[in-house]
Amino acid sequence: MREMFAGSLNVSTLGPLLALIIASIFFATQSPRFLTGTNLSLVVQQVMVVGTLAIGQTIVILTAGIDLSNGAVMAFGTIVMTRFAVDFGFPPIVAIVAGLAVCALFGVLNGTLVTSLQLPPFIVTLGTLNIAFAMTHIFSGEKTVSNLPDILIFFGNTFKIGETAITYGTVLMVLLFLVTWFILRQTAVGRHVYALGNNAEAARLTGINTRRLLVIVYSVAGLVYGIAGMLLVARTEVGDPQAGQTDNLDSITAVVLGGTSLFGGRGSVIGTLVGALIVGIFRNGLQLMGVLAIYQVLITGVLVILAVAVDQLARRRQK
Amino acid sequence: MLLGKVSGSNRRSKIRRSWPVLVLVVLVGQIFLAACGDNTATPVPAATTAGAATAAGATTAAGASGGQVIVGLITKTETNPFFVKMREGAQKEADAKGVKLLTAAGKFDGDNASQVTAIENMITAGAKGILLVPSDTKAIVPTVQKARAAGVLVITLDTPLDPQDAADALFATDNLKAGVLIGQYAKAAFGTKAAKIAMMDLNPGITVGDLRHNGFLQGFGIKEGDASIVCAQYTAGDQAKGQTAMETCLQKDPGINLVYTINEPAALGAYTALKAAGKDKDVTIVSVDGGCTGVQGVVDGKIAATSQQYPLKMAVQGVDAVVDYAKNGKKVSGYTDTGVTLIAGKAVTGIDSKDVQFGKDNCWG
Repeated sequence: MREMFAGSLNVSTLGPLLALIIASIFFATQSPRFLTGTNLSLVVQQVMVVGTLAIGQTIVILTAGIDLSNGAVMAFGTIVMTRFAVDFGFPPIVAIVAGLAVCALFGVLNGTLVTSLQLPPFIVTLGTLNIAFAMTHIFSGEKTVSNLPDILIFFGNTFKIGETAITYGTVLMVLLFLVTWFILRQTAVGRHVYALGNNAEAARLTGINTRRLLVIVYSVAGLVYGIAGMLLVARTEVGDPQAGQTDNLDSITAVVLGGTSLFGGRGSVIGTLVGALIVGIFRNGLQLMGVLAIYQVLITGVLVILAVAVDQLARRRQK
Repeated sequence: MLLGKVSGSNRRSKIRRSWPVLVLVVLVGQIFLAACGDNTATPVPAATTAGAATAAGATTAAGASGGQVIVGLITKTETNPFFVKMREGAQKEADAKGVKLLTAAGKFDGDNASQVTAIENMITAGAKGILLVPSDTKAIVPTVQKARAAGVLVITLDTPLDPQDAADALFATDNLKAGVLIGQYAKAAFGTKAAKIAMMDLNPGITVGDLRHNGFLQGFGIKEGDASIVCAQYTAGDQAKGQTAMETCLQKDPGINLVYTINEPAALGAYTALKAAGKDKDVTIVSVDGGCTGVQGVVDGKIAATSQQYPLKMAVQGVDAVVDYAKNGKKVSGYTDTGVTLIAGKAVTGIDSKDVQFGKDNCWG
């Protein structure tokens, strides 16, 4: 058990975690409302969508790839879910499955293009970003879908621990993080992902079917974006074609702040959760202090550069 | 030496392993403290829906406040001069009334998720009222309902919700009237001369854009699909996109002589395209907004006339309404017209307009 913790919470995760704690202590001194169960629950609720997207982003980045399409793919999934349920009258469960399926299919498309055409993931996902974006707007007719059935917004419902209301969606997100962490750390597939990210050629020579693995990674990531879409729908209670426009960058920010290397092979999905929470904590804390929103953007930018700088320093010291 | 090094690295790895435990202890401690903090506050109502988390936060917050009144202002974006002016006006009025102003904005026009987050945070911060310029008039409605259920007065500024009564009140320009005024002006200026019209619109499905568009048609006395409309393009109210749109329209019909624009940035973009084509002298541009750059465009003869609106008034009246609610429990409701004035470079007979000096004295941005 102890070994497992040591494995997941290595140096690259510790830095972000410290940053998160220091920031929390600072905001607690600035606003009496910050350190309440209700507010902290709210922060987790607010990072739930980007956090879930970032799970998919993490596994892609671990293979030394990147996925620019995730926000747009998620948005397409939400529009499919909501229109299927509201406009076409499918049972909500079928609508959700359809939404998850189209997202997973986009993942298959990304993975296949990356492996079969040997194109850089940056280019492939830049292309699918535009395709998913356009399909969202075409399919939605530029309209927001409202009056969703209860099942579609189930994950926005809450239960209580003490006085604090917690949404089911945040529980699902945390579970997804734990499952992903377990698979990455404790299974052969997980090891292969790291190996592939460290050195694709070496991984191939050791007998890993790297092409198939990449397609699997992108497909699973796509499915995870679909789940993020489900959470987005539950959170805002509408299907919104404009949603997710900058979430791709936010998900990369969470991964980078969490100490995962953009060069692949190094990092942890738990770090990503911490990274997402850092962004959420800053936004919430600065808001409670009454700081202008544009400074949140400024601070996020500084944090990203700091995080990458720390990663590079750690890497150089290792060598 | 060697021995020392080994034991050193051993110690380091021990520290490495115990760190996570320490961190967990701190985290758990935090949550524990947080729970305690919550217990001391007023009882929280039963939570059954997604809104309950926020609703609970608000009740707790309101119970714990009792000091300064907090007013929230949420705009579409941070950088548009219209919203900058709105924020400045709200800040001034908040200072004058001795209340605290919290502000937030989306990352881009149409960014609903950021506005949802901002509303939640402001409820937690204990805001008595929120002034909102909705990015997506439909998508934000469930969140506004949660805020109102938590006892927060929600006033939309500039743009109504869909449906309008989803907010407590609306302080805005009559956008249809703004369009009608420039439509009437254009009609009077053209007289019997045949018009070939290009419409530089906002974006599909956005109420403000539709209202101004329809108002212009109404004022000009034509219907949608009239043969005199030779081109219609979306500009997102952006100068560069306005220029591109006008270039496209000129390709389609070089004989365009009247241009309706959703706002002055789009108008100035259209002017740049017309000038490059050598047609700036033959074409009349009409617009809406009344920003200082826009009024200067009228002074320079680039824009013939514009309908001026008053973001400052919206903000000031909004802050006052929240203060009134906090002090006397009185909620505003319905629609408050914050006024619109036609500013024309050259007055046209039969059309009531103000000159550019008035426009400059009352402009924003």
